Amino acid sequence: MAINKIVQSRTEAVQGIGDGSTVLISGFGNAGVPTDLIHALLDQGSRDLTVVSNNAGTGDKGLAALLREGRVRRIICSYPRSAGSIAFDELYAAGKIELELVPQGTLSERMRAAGAGIGAFYTPTGVGTKLAEGKEVREIDGREYVLEYPLKGDVALVEAEYADRWGNLTYNKSARNFGPVMAMAAELTIVEARNIVELGQMNPETIVTPSIFVDRVLHVPAEAATAA
Amino acid sequence: MALEAEARDEAVKKLTRNQVAWRAANEIPDGSFVNLGIGLPTTCANFMPADREIVLHSENGILGVGPAPEPGKEDPELINASKDPITLVPGGSFFVHSDAFVMIRGGHIDLALLGAFEVSESGDLANWTTENPNFPPGVGGAMDLAAGAKQVWVLTDHVTRKGEPKLVKKCSYPLTAQNVVTKVFTDLAVIDVTPDGLIVREMVDGMTLEALQELTEPKLTLAPDCRVLAAPAV
Repeated sequence: MAINKIVQSRTEAVQGIGDGSTVLISGFGNAGVPTDLIHALLDQGSRDLTVVSNNAGTGDKGLAALLREGRVRRIICSYPRSAGSIAFDELYAAGKIELELVPQGTLSERMRAAGAGIGAFYTPTGVGTKLAEGKEVREIDGREYVLEYPLKGDVALVEAEYADRWGNLTYNKSARNFGPVMAMAAELTIVEARNIVELGQMNPETIVTPSIFVDRVLHVPAEAATAA
Repeated sequence: MALEAEARDEAVKKLTRNQVAWRAANEIPDGSFVNLGIGLPTTCANFMPADREIVLHSENGILGVGPAPEPGKEDPELINASKDPITLVPGGSFFVHSDAFVMIRGGHIDLALLGAFEVSESGDLANWTTENPNFPPGVGGAMDLAAGAKQVWVLTDHVTRKGEPKLVKKCSYPLTAQNVVTKVFTDLAVIDVTPDGLIVREMVDGMTLEALQELTEPKLTLAPDCRVLAAPAV
């Protein structure tokens, strides 16, 4: 039977995401944010979410809208505050959201470890700082390292430039950022792709995310996309 | 007194933020792979010396960052750590975020240019939180860069908006990393952080060691070959 991961609607794309899920959301600043999938999740109604994303949303679309609607209990990110991160800033000042601040490289490596089946890893990042408080520190070859655990998603929402029906992906410039690592780190990886191409049209030498990491693909042409 | 201080301030040729970025960019050795951190450091890409080939790295997954695009040519999917639009130079590449930090933590980055709230005389860096409950902390890639880059230089105003020193004996804010900063570029001076303390390599025109010391907590030592810190109008 032909494998076809392409879904026909936003509703179908986010079907089955449960309350309390951990949701990995790609993007760095506004580049690579799957805004339409986030709005599909908003319409779907899941609550009490833990969101993992480098930033905490800006303006009033995408992650900012999800925050504003009170769907997110906890956010795990490296740099929540940006110009325009009003939704997050207000929730934070009011004590209405939990923040786990993670050094940026540790954030992506924890997801890489989850996707790669690695039980934990030692990193030199954060040694002797408040962000390493309470964590195991080990000296290896004369240098101190902090023990960090994998960060697995129940769901990943990822934006891509090209996809085929198997779920092979390529990205656009610096919109790639967290997409490939989040795609491999979740139980259910849902992709919003600008372009869908026939199987075999993507160059196997330049596919960035191989199909095995992807579960669903929603076609959101650039002209139909919700602006971040 | 106030008048004297004003007169002194007018005689001191402080650098603009662009000039601090220009000065730091012009210190980078030929052939280096250099990460530019969020804030002022990312603007260094606009002032790279034309006679050197330096490869700029951006934490979001770019090698070969070029200067800002011409107005109207911005691409929202080609941005730097500050989320400002950039260009890509020939030879540049894109890669997944986790590989950007493989490069950083794995010791492949020669130099990181970062901003700071405070730098201590032993090279401790504090740049991720002021612990203000209304002002969310933001670490970004700073701890990874401070731990992984072969060298860390800081670009900062010499004093806070309130006029307090940012070069301090001991950081009052939580640390990003210990003993990592080796050079500081400010709007008033270029200072090396060495085991023998802070060495002033350059000072702006009109500045004296005594006046600079008043704005700096740890003891400053004048380099024997201390020069005037100057930059073109950029």
